[in-house]
Amino acid sequence: MKLIYERSQAGRRASVIPRPAGLPAPEIPDDLRRAEPPRLPEVPEFELVRHFTELSTRNFGVDTGFYPLGSCTMKYNPRINERLVTLPGFAHLHPHQEEDGAQGALELEWRLQEILKEVTGLDAVSLQPAAGSQGELTGLMLIRAYFADRREGEQRRKVVIPDTAHGTNPASVTMAGYELTDVKTDARGNIDVDDLRAKVDEHTAALMLTNPSTLGLFDENIEEIERIFHGAGALMYYDGANLNAVCGISRPGDMGFDVVHINLHKTFSQPHGGGGPGGGPIAVRKILEPFLPAPAVVRKKDGAFALDHDRPKSIGKVRGFTGPFGVFVRSYAYMRMYGPRLREMSEAAVLNANYVLARLKGAYDLPFDRLCMHEFVLSARNLKRDHGATATDVAKRLMDYGFHPPTIYFPLIVPEALMIEPTETETKETLDAFCDAMLAIAREAADDVEILKSAPHHRPVRRLDEVRAAKNPVVKHAFETAPVA
Amino acid sequence: MTQHPFLALTEADREEMLRTIGVASVDELFGDLPAGVRLGRELDLEPALSEHELSAHMADLAARNVDVTRELSFLGAGIYDHYVPAVVDTVLQRGEFLTAYTPYQPEMSQGVLQSIFEYQTAICELTGMDVSNASGYDGETVAADACYIAKHATGKAKVVITEATNPQVRQVVKTYAPGFGLEVVEVPHRDGTTDVDALAAASTGAAAVIFQQPNFFGCLEPAPDLAAAANEADALSIAHVDPLSLGVLEAPGRYGCAIALGEGQAAGNLMAYGGPHYGFLAARQEFIRRMPGRIVGETVDTEGARGYVLTLQTREQHIRREKATSNITTNQTLLALGGLVYLTWLGPQGLRELGEACLALGEYAKRRLQERAGLELVFPDRTTFKEFAVRAGRNAREVIRDARALGVHPGYALGRDYEGMDDVLLVAVTEKRTPEEIDRLADVLAEVAR
Amino acid sequence: MAAVESYPDDLRYHEAHDWARIEGGEAVLGITWFAADSLGELVHFEPPAAGSTVTKDEPYGEVESVKAVSDVIAPLTGEVLEVNQKVVDAPETVNEDPYGEGWLVRIRMADATEVDALLDVAAYQSVLASQ
Repeated sequence: MKLIYERSQAGRRASVIPRPAGLPAPEIPDDLRRAEPPRLPEVPEFELVRHFTELSTRNFGVDTGFYPLGSCTMKYNPRINERLVTLPGFAHLHPHQEEDGAQGALELEWRLQEILKEVTGLDAVSLQPAAGSQGELTGLMLIRAYFADRREGEQRRKVVIPDTAHGTNPASVTMAGYELTDVKTDARGNIDVDDLRAKVDEHTAALMLTNPSTLGLFDENIEEIERIFHGAGALMYYDGANLNAVCGISRPGDMGFDVVHINLHKTFSQPHGGGGPGGGPIAVRKILEPFLPAPAVVRKKDGAFALDHDRPKSIGKVRGFTGPFGVFVRSYAYMRMYGPRLREMSEAAVLNANYVLARLKGAYDLPFDRLCMHEFVLSARNLKRDHGATATDVAKRLMDYGFHPPTIYFPLIVPEALMIEPTETETKETLDAFCDAMLAIAREAADDVEILKSAPHHRPVRRLDEVRAAKNPVVKHAFETAPVA
Repeated sequence: MTQHPFLALTEADREEMLRTIGVASVDELFGDLPAGVRLGRELDLEPALSEHELSAHMADLAARNVDVTRELSFLGAGIYDHYVPAVVDTVLQRGEFLTAYTPYQPEMSQGVLQSIFEYQTAICELTGMDVSNASGYDGETVAADACYIAKHATGKAKVVITEATNPQVRQVVKTYAPGFGLEVVEVPHRDGTTDVDALAAASTGAAAVIFQQPNFFGCLEPAPDLAAAANEADALSIAHVDPLSLGVLEAPGRYGCAIALGEGQAAGNLMAYGGPHYGFLAARQEFIRRMPGRIVGETVDTEGARGYVLTLQTREQHIRREKATSNITTNQTLLALGGLVYLTWLGPQGLRELGEACLALGEYAKRRLQERAGLELVFPDRTTFKEFAVRAGRNAREVIRDARALGVHPGYALGRDYEGMDDVLLVAVTEKRTPEEIDRLADVLAEVAR
Repeated sequence: MAAVESYPDDLRYHEAHDWARIEGGEAVLGITWFAADSLGELVHFEPPAAGSTVTKDEPYGEVESVKAVSDVIAPLTGEVLEVNQKVVDAPETVNEDPYGEGWLVRIRMADATEVDALLDVAAYQSVLASQ
């Protein structure tokens, strides 16, 4: 289909800008004045609406159908939340409004902090980080500030990460100025405790761990791991990407973690918007509270809510204002509609994942044959070995059955990985239809692998050439070319 | 217990599923959790609310905020009350956009991917740059991202930032810099703009030089000269720009900047008490492999039809891990889509007219506050865009309090960030403000400022 | 078209899947068929600067496919005399002809005795067999 720029005709427009009559504009000095206008699209309003509506029909969301993208927790996003964020008191509130004019917003943030403290089992929360990876970086900055304050900053330079970790973990370690120590996974899918013991010492600052892991497995040795790190004087960071498995059942604080980030756009239903926004609040143990980003949202003795900028040990600000407030509105609303029943949410997520696993494990390889938590990782290596069908081929063929594919080729330690997270959203009928499709695809691989190799057949485009895109990157429209039909 | 509206399994479903799995109960599925880490009680949270009850509770919270529909507001300082047209809501509420994840599977995600490609094009057009990413978190964090680019591109250990750059941007850069091994040096302003010689002196040995155009006081910087000073020192020249100024102000790419970035909120996002918004980040071609975050590229499918994919992914954390150009993964795609829709709605003429309206109304406000309220401009010799600093005659925070009691928020108290400015208000005037509203501001300030 | 698997016996190898062709005091370096095949079709080669020094066992460049990136490890120490521009322009040349047109850099060796520590083809193939 056309680009919006290819629908453009000089002289058309969708906007009318009120022009203040009789008011002169000041002269802009020549060297500061725009010489040539930007080539923004020129379209009437209805063309704009049709263009973006057509684009939307070429996209798949949770509202469209089942989206078992592992590690992404693609659950239903309640529509009431979209109405709530448009309340003028939220939507049109300026972030520099005086505190007495923002009591409702501050109270909402404070209440959200209180809920997150209870859900994580920790003592203090900062809502500021904009997403999970910024939560990670913020957490590592807190750890760095904590050790600097104890005069152990020079000594503790290393952060330990298992080989199953999200790539954000090692990337955050480097950005925080730390060095990486990799630790292996054992045959049951837990951290290799012997490898860990050999690598944790007085130079270790922290562990970063996702639990349950990206394999969808709860680390059975978590208590031993806690003893190893705290015994060495190091801290423990919890990547909350998989919190959807354990809400109301087990809390990171109870597992011994000192810092946690929560992905509001995963567990607590902020819609992911095709790649964001997210929200990555962090919750910490008391010892780390003085270092949290400023300002902090507090409730004063008189019951009024306020921003506390007087935090002498704070690491500073990690983004503007108090964080992505609209995300807080949605996630707070979501959590209020569950309350203590968040446990039912996690139980349903774990039950759904185990059911799908049980139905699929005969047809695909299962590298770690255990009950899973909210997700699990299969391998298509049997299909590759026997029929030449890869995880990519399975994923592309699933599209033809009307499902979004799972996460593929992650975690890196599983070849031909298919990481499946059904979430608690979904009826049993949908889960069964997905399992039937996966089993049919395994049969197709044996009978006629070409139907997988040439998939998808029923999407707006066929399989796309990523090599071509990377070799000669075309990352913006070239205006001189003729319009494409 | 009543079935929860966001859950689906019936008792019969559960039994059949447990039988298929081969366990007796849901509890058994959690058998890997040691007893010592289990909560063992109900979460201590208030009971679940129905949608009806929730709506009432949220309406009560919202009503305790004084938003710009209840108070005539001249607040800006980085976040602005521009008009957001209905078409933005229409597009962003499409469930196919709203409820999609990052477009890892391009054949499922052509809508999002093409819209990002169109957004990248719009940002490159606005800024005069060659490559834009799919967005960053906000105008603050993209400045930190740019420092990471500069650190790796130059190997140097210092970043220079002008004091007339948004204080929150400077704070975020300072928070990130130690981890990058960068020292932050600030260059003071002189009479509201940055002194070119002072900047040139500070730039020696710098990886990057960051300035804002128009700057935090609304004053137009001698941006081409600042960029030249940075380039002279082999530092990356980085302009933090207001996207809505770029119909009337020159694009950073046209005066030699290496990187242009900024806060996108003004272009298509609601203020929403500070977020979520989008930060934009664009650079010259030579930095394409150092860009943080997602980039969408054009390609073809097996039948030769045009399509779009995430590209140059080897820069990113999921492949390059500890050597990645950033840790970012989730960005602000939906808000950037709002930006694209808004810029499309504006078009090039609308963008220019909007800039001119802000200029004209700002000039009118400056005149009225001097003539009618008897106030003095802090930087009377400077050309300003959308925002200007004025002496309120006494402590600005008290003036704000007293003016708000009369239903007008007169602006931002610059004393929060700058010494010697306790009596200074930063007044923002967008195209939404009318001459009558500006007169009212002047009347109120005439009464409360002295 | 990707080349078929082969490991010429006139080359010396490094266990990080790199090869060296010794030509007097100079050496031509590249990556083996195994390395190229593991990565998939190459889309980018980040070369060292001509005149810079590469150090035995240390990375001197990067090769990338769409989904993976890998350091290129120097089997020998020396000064870079020439970078293969053909690979910079068309990285897939490495997949097509890893030991011929797909060479990466030519160096002047700093210490010819380093060659003795490299693997011969039989030793390299036993490294492959153990992986």
